[in-house]
Amino acid sequence: MDYLYFPGCTLYTKAKNFDQTARNCSLLLGFELKELSNWTCCGATFPLATDNLMALLPPARILANAREKGTVLTTLCAVCFNVIKRTNRLIQGDGEKREKINNFIEKNYQGDLRVLHYLEILKQEIGFSQLKEKVKKPLTGLRAAPYYGCMLLRPFEEMAFDDKERPTLFEEFLETLGAKAVEFPYKIECCGSFQSVGSPEVATECAYKILGSAIKSGAEVIVSTCPMCTFNIDHKQSDIKQKYLDFKPIPVLYFTQLLGIAMGLDYQTLGFEQNAVDPLPLLKEKGLL
Amino acid sequence: MGDNGVFVKRAMVIGGGIAGISSSIDLGNGGYEVVLVEKLPSIGGRMLQLSETFPTLDCAQCTLTPKTVETGQHPRIKLLTYSEVEQVEGKAGNFLVTIRKKAAYVDWEKCTGCGLCQQKCPTKNPSEFDRGMGLEKAIYTLSPQAVPNKPVINPSHCRYFKEKKCRVCEKICPVGAIDYEQQDRFVEERVGAIIAAVGFDLIPKESFGEYGYGEVPDVIDGLAFERLNSASGPTTGEIRRPSDGKIPKEVVFIQCTGSRDPERYMPYCSRVCCMYTAKHARLYKHKVHDGQAYIFYMDIRSTGKGYEEFIQQGMEEEGILYLRGRVSRIFRDGEKIVVWGVDTLTGRKVEVSADMVVLATAIISQKDTKDLAKKLGIAADEYGFLTEVQRKLRPVETEVEGIYIAGCAQGPKDIADAVAHANAAASKVQGLFAKHR
Repeated sequence: MDYLYFPGCTLYTKAKNFDQTARNCSLLLGFELKELSNWTCCGATFPLATDNLMALLPPARILANAREKGTVLTTLCAVCFNVIKRTNRLIQGDGEKREKINNFIEKNYQGDLRVLHYLEILKQEIGFSQLKEKVKKPLTGLRAAPYYGCMLLRPFEEMAFDDKERPTLFEEFLETLGAKAVEFPYKIECCGSFQSVGSPEVATECAYKILGSAIKSGAEVIVSTCPMCTFNIDHKQSDIKQKYLDFKPIPVLYFTQLLGIAMGLDYQTLGFEQNAVDPLPLLKEKGLL
Repeated sequence: MGDNGVFVKRAMVIGGGIAGISSSIDLGNGGYEVVLVEKLPSIGGRMLQLSETFPTLDCAQCTLTPKTVETGQHPRIKLLTYSEVEQVEGKAGNFLVTIRKKAAYVDWEKCTGCGLCQQKCPTKNPSEFDRGMGLEKAIYTLSPQAVPNKPVINPSHCRYFKEKKCRVCEKICPVGAIDYEQQDRFVEERVGAIIAAVGFDLIPKESFGEYGYGEVPDVIDGLAFERLNSASGPTTGEIRRPSDGKIPKEVVFIQCTGSRDPERYMPYCSRVCCMYTAKHARLYKHKVHDGQAYIFYMDIRSTGKGYEEFIQQGMEEEGILYLRGRVSRIFRDGEKIVVWGVDTLTGRKVEVSADMVVLATAIISQKDTKDLAKKLGIAADEYGFLTEVQRKLRPVETEVEGIYIAGCAQGPKDIADAVAHANAAASKVQGLFAKHR
């Protein structure tokens, strides 16, 4: 079965490597990511004000368009996933708001789409045992820290992704690929998010703590599900290095890049040139290239 | 009416904690026979687990033991411990109660309480009475001052029951009281009135994902701290943390853990945590002079005689640091426990690198209270607490004439309130009995 796919803006710019590796891995797993036509920005934040329906229109349009083509919509970016899944749930559960939104966008969408993150597709639709059979190059000996961030997990009642305090789905995924999942206390903490625009020092501090905690727990690489997080914890490592002189950079990969390695994709297709901290020395050392 | 139409002036009290004991002694002294049913092997209840009590810092066991002994020796109180109410029939003046006497695998008629079996038993398991911190033999009494002082065998721990070998207790018993073949027995008691005083439990610390799901060994609950602080506890009263036995120098106490949290846990206030947390922090300071105690709180509810003064003393004279705010996360960092909280008075985030954390977990009903309510034909609320027939003016009566409630079975209470409630229930029974001359 193929899956409708909403890439989101960053997947076409800063996170092309995330997008490409996911598409390529899907083909090897026997399905295709069918990109939605005419998609727009997801809105980037779910509005905090309950009466701000304008902010829900972009995700509502995306959902309504997707429903005309299928029943399942998948995303890669954790922020898009958060916004789209929460909007979907709101449209499903709140008749009054549903009607208002539908009137505005001139659609009749009932909220009956299943919104799944790509990790959920792998776990629920493909199955980790099936996935394991497709692993050609197990990531044996690689100590990888699964960094969830907050968008996949919270608010718990709406996202219902995994246990909000101690999720394990990401760990299961990494172990399926043969890697050693490193447990670290900051795995569900905020990366600093958009603070990197207005108060970059705040975001840098968040990232420094996350990275430090993972390194202290023995991680060699940090694995991300989100371009926003990746921007803060990968691309900002140069800022951290300037502030904390003893900080040793650590590579940050998208989970689909690790999936690509494990499934035997040529490393030149994995888009490592977009990763700020070069992962190649580590991957070479581990014999994974 | 009894079989012959006579109103039976004999009462049953279900639950042998401080409430049940208080009701029983009142009724016994009033001249009525009492059957006291307790599901554990001995009476005393939760209070027996406590170290000192607020606001006087009296030793709990020193105040309770005379009461348990009095109950055990009272000529008009019949103790049925290790027993549970199975069925209740009839009405006021003539209830017929069927009671299951659980198999103790020890013939209590023969047993002299010498304790040899417990000394020689080779099997040790974490003790439930000591909140998993101390060790308990497979044949055990709850405490050295147990009333009655008769042991029971826990078949899920006993080597003989599990592997069909050992039988050490049988060999050592000088009076041949061990009986591995013993079965549960059923007895019937006819009574005219019943008081349900089945007490409370604590919400398990495993419920709190944000506090580590109970898997960080040095994050304990309030009752565990009582055991640590108790001279009869696993550390003989020294404050030593469970993981490595070190004396903790920074201790964080978190009030309202699971209480006043309608979205996730219990919406109600557990009523005793403000006071016992202040007591814990003060007792800790009395034993570890260079230690620092932090208390995270929402409000301080110290509405009892001498209670507010007790809190103030802790703040002003003993240097306990009160922080008004909640704790969002606790995790392990090497030997330390990192506590993330907020001080809402200064508006700042607070991070404490602690050695031990004590959670003042919410009081909840016993898990079988609802079931008992069904057997008695009385109401329980959505949280399993027994419901009085009228909130203000009839606090111990139920819809069923002749059935009364006492203590924390009705809702969270401190000891003084539980005893007053139990006294009231006993006097209601005596009033009922006096009506039928």
